[in-house]
Amino acid sequence: MAQIYDFIYNLFPYLGAWLRGLLQSWGLPEDAILLIIGLIKAFLLANFGLIGFAILTYVERKIVARFQDRLGPNVAGPYGILQPVADGIKLLTKEDTMPAGADRWVYNLAPLIIATCALAPLVVIPFGPGAVGADLNIGVLYALAVGAGALVGVLMAGWGSNNKYALLGAFRAVAQLISYEIPAVFSVVVVVMVAGTMSTVGIVLAQDVPYLFVLPLAALVFLISGVAEVGRTPFDLLEAESEIVAGFHIEYSGMKFALVFLGEFIHALVVSALFAVLFLGGWRGPWLPPYLWTLIKMSVGIFLFFWLRATLPRIRIDQMLNLNWKFLTPLMILNLIGVALVDKGLRAAGATGGLWAAGMFAFNMAMLIGALGIPGYLGHRARMAAMASASGEEPEALEAVGAH
Amino acid sequence: MTLIQAVFVLFAILTLGAGLFTVLSRHLFHAVLYLILSLVGVAGLFVLLEAEFLAGVQVLIYIGAISILIIFAVMLTRGMARNPGPPLNNQSLAAAVIAGLFFVLLAPVIAGFPWPQATQGVPADAIEALGRSLVDPNQFALPFELASVMILAALIGAIFIAREKR
Repeated sequence: MAQIYDFIYNLFPYLGAWLRGLLQSWGLPEDAILLIIGLIKAFLLANFGLIGFAILTYVERKIVARFQDRLGPNVAGPYGILQPVADGIKLLTKEDTMPAGADRWVYNLAPLIIATCALAPLVVIPFGPGAVGADLNIGVLYALAVGAGALVGVLMAGWGSNNKYALLGAFRAVAQLISYEIPAVFSVVVVVMVAGTMSTVGIVLAQDVPYLFVLPLAALVFLISGVAEVGRTPFDLLEAESEIVAGFHIEYSGMKFALVFLGEFIHALVVSALFAVLFLGGWRGPWLPPYLWTLIKMSVGIFLFFWLRATLPRIRIDQMLNLNWKFLTPLMILNLIGVALVDKGLRAAGATGGLWAAGMFAFNMAMLIGALGIPGYLGHRARMAAMASASGEEPEALEAVGAH
Repeated sequence: MTLIQAVFVLFAILTLGAGLFTVLSRHLFHAVLYLILSLVGVAGLFVLLEAEFLAGVQVLIYIGAISILIIFAVMLTRGMARNPGPPLNNQSLAAAVIAGLFFVLLAPVIAGFPWPQATQGVPADAIEALGRSLVDPNQFALPFELASVMILAALIGAIFIAREKR
């Protein structure tokens, strides 16, 4: 019994060791073994992304339907679980159109770049001890950098489509993604600073207390900017249907549209996986095997995204930019300095383990309450003074509270 | 030729070829895309040199940010979609000759220079050493801080220029 539990618990290390032994018994050189294992890992990770995408489309429709008191997809298969298959077949049989005057190469390459850049960060997501695509020592930096490559794909899609709405959508997308990269990177820097490593495995190992309870402010800002980078409600103005129809991917049909769509969903998957790794302690947890913990913690982030989408209205573009440049970015710069000082101070005072975590938590919560309270108070006073309905700070505070 | 050398040649061709297309492309937008491809090649070379941090920063900053700014600038250029014009003018032959002569001058110097060779592999804590050297007053703290001051000055300047006149 204990052996079976041990096997299930350490499934991936055992499988890896078995595969390596098998290849060695075939007499392959070490380089070839590394190459084959690398290819298998890449295959598994890419399929994890693709299957995750199929499941997510179904789950999102079901969850949002529940929020809106509807049934959601319920025709294809029991409870409609074959809906992704039906969608896939439908998309495969659609005509592959190209708008007149489109920039042919650019138009066709853009979905590929978007999907590739969305899948690539999965390499550094650890699913358990010894179950990671590659434990790079620049792990998080790699994930952020490769994710940023999708921007090029978005711009290529917008430009290559030869369509005003597509171009407008691409402009919006890039403005939003570039802006929210900054607070996201700052919150990652805070984590990297406290953990003392950029490796995703190292960050998970450093989290004796999940960083959600050590750096709640960074976690919150990472989540908000993550929602914005994925471009989901309330930050979905880059594909606002009522304004610019569908944004940069308006001209895509069939499988090319599916690739763009896949890129967006996998981006959401990657952001929630990074959130789990950076703030929820990654694979660590009692009883259950590590890979299940990783999946559960990823689902938490994904569910938050769906929840936000079903709950919040879309914000305006000026609110989106104000929230980022006037609130989140300065807040994270102050938080970075503050965390560095408090961390040094606590360690100098000899606080370790729980005491250190409690000190960091107290500082972060004080900063969070201050950051929400002061603009909220100022906004309230300004409203009272002017009796005007909207002031700059109000949506920010609302957003932050809503995301919390 | 080992595998590493083959990969190096691949990335070198990618970098140089894309660079060539950057200057020869008739279309500004395509030129920027080739530039991005060239920068990807440079990032690949960094990876090959086991300078992963530089590779990551190269992708994040040059491809994720700077090239996007270039694309914006290009897209907002007036009339860029119409009549791109030939990429070469009538001085192209003279320019090619002078560039070729310059290469002839430079090549023996590069080939003959006793380049220092790394005697050992990259240590495992290279990133830590890099971080420490950037804040160590005996090493690169001053240049690092000077760079930050310069960027701050550029930021303030940009805000001053872009500010609405009251």
